[in-house]
Amino acid sequence: MTLSEKILAKSSSRACVSPGEIVTCDIDLLMLHEITGPLAVQVFEEMGFKKVWRSEKIAVIFDHNIPASDVNSAEQMKAMRSFVQKQGIERFYDVGRGGIAHQILVQEGLAKPSSIVVGADSHTCTAGAVGAFAVGVGSTEAAAILGTGKMWFKVPSTVRIKVMGEVKEPITSKDIVLEVIGRISSSGALYKAVEFSGEAISKMSIGARMTLTNMAVEMGAKTGLIEPDEVTCKHFQSLNESIEVLTSDRDAAYERTLGLNSLEIEPKIAAPFSVDKVMDVKDLEGERIDQALLGSCTNGRLEDLRIATRILEGRRIHSRVRLLVNPASMKIYRQAVQEGLIEKLVDSGAAVCCPTCGPCLGMSQGVLAADEVCISTSNRNFVGRMGDRSSKVYLASPATVAASALTGEITDPRRFWN
Amino acid sequence: MNPVVGSVLKLGDDIDTDAIIPAHYLTSTDISSLTEHVMENFDPSFKMRLREKRIIVAGRNFGCGSSREHAPLVLKAAGVQAIVAENFARIFFRNSINIGLIALEAPNTSSSFNEGDRVQIDIDRLEVRNLTRGIRIGIGELSEPVLSILKAGGLVRYLKAKGEW
Repeated sequence: MTLSEKILAKSSSRACVSPGEIVTCDIDLLMLHEITGPLAVQVFEEMGFKKVWRSEKIAVIFDHNIPASDVNSAEQMKAMRSFVQKQGIERFYDVGRGGIAHQILVQEGLAKPSSIVVGADSHTCTAGAVGAFAVGVGSTEAAAILGTGKMWFKVPSTVRIKVMGEVKEPITSKDIVLEVIGRISSSGALYKAVEFSGEAISKMSIGARMTLTNMAVEMGAKTGLIEPDEVTCKHFQSLNESIEVLTSDRDAAYERTLGLNSLEIEPKIAAPFSVDKVMDVKDLEGERIDQALLGSCTNGRLEDLRIATRILEGRRIHSRVRLLVNPASMKIYRQAVQEGLIEKLVDSGAAVCCPTCGPCLGMSQGVLAADEVCISTSNRNFVGRMGDRSSKVYLASPATVAASALTGEITDPRRFWN
Repeated sequence: MNPVVGSVLKLGDDIDTDAIIPAHYLTSTDISSLTEHVMENFDPSFKMRLREKRIIVAGRNFGCGSSREHAPLVLKAAGVQAIVAENFARIFFRNSINIGLIALEAPNTSSSFNEGDRVQIDIDRLEVRNLTRGIRIGIGELSEPVLSILKAGGLVRYLKAKGEW
């Protein structure tokens, strides 16, 4: 069996499962945020439930529109706070206490290897970076889990992405995942589990791995995951958390394997309005930008801030450009302050904001006006994603975003890399 | 379930949930007010087009993007009774079934349907007919519990009736 098959078998108390089979699984962790959460709570009550199945298995994390940008948004958070209190949910991360949900689940060790993590957010697949089977759901599904602790799954077949070589900066795992999406398309892994493996992956940090699994959903995948290894074990040792490690069998049946060599990969960029319109950055050089965003669940981690700072340090961003920085969590924010990164970013002209999803989905803290262009480290560039329907979003790595902020146009980061 | 009969509104591939309902409206769970904005980023005349039509026929990867259940909810509230697509983004598919909105996979949708064709969908018989052309369209299998949830009218009713999974 593949890793995802093993996790689904374990969680449904079966000896084995195979693709296509329907299984009902015990859920190890359910995550709600303040946008999909209120609807889930409403449906939970409609279903006639009074008490959540196990409060310690639920995490409520505010991240989408924080701090509240308007009264409606403030009311949603107020309603969720009251639910949290009423249900005795201790894993609650309010404004200033946590950060972007997908970061928190991994950073705090809530998402564990071999477990099933469900979140009322499509990028829940990010937690697959530590070997969890992590999927996004809608509010009604989340409500049913709140009440029963269970969810049905159709066992997906697994597509293996094998990345050889070593990823060398300023190329990062973002360039790798964009390359994969460019090759297989935005629906190339529809309903599948995508397992990333190979030499390049084993050398990656947990953070770099999260960028890969985060974008599994942008290929249509049910989840993305990476077998736990030494890097994973060290992560949980540092958190004093014990883990159970499952890995794919050597003779596991994969639907197909896609191989690529990271040494051959150039800085990549996804052009509007689809994540699979992937090109080499050098072929788009010169396109004018108005805003640059460094952050999101895809690329708001310490290593992302470090690589961007290395490019920006001692320089000023272009006078026409706004550079927005959202560290993915308060912990990352604090580390970035301690390391002196924030000072250097501010000196370069960046606006450093709090951890939030806000600008990535055009909710707050960096919405685009008509015809404006943003280059962003986030994961989606649909029509109107970050604001007006005539605005445009290009998706790229932290290095490419930083280099482009300096010149005011799309720029290959290797120009600023010594 | 009673068969659904209606005219086709045709859409292409990769219709995303930001197109269906932009995120900046999601600070409200009042679906009727959200429905005012259905598909506005994609086609400001969408609501007008939908007036005479009940069935969306689309291509690949319908509903890709965010997990927001508000997307199928606003389509349903705007009068859509069924979506037939070559395939769906999985979260959107589950969300549709969970709120009792028919979502069916069918091959070659672009050649099997024209805008305005009259279509009949019978879930009990697992049958889709293009009445205008007089042809029967083969549809993908609906596994359990999908079929039972759909027949119950959504997950709330399904779970209430059954009490558990």
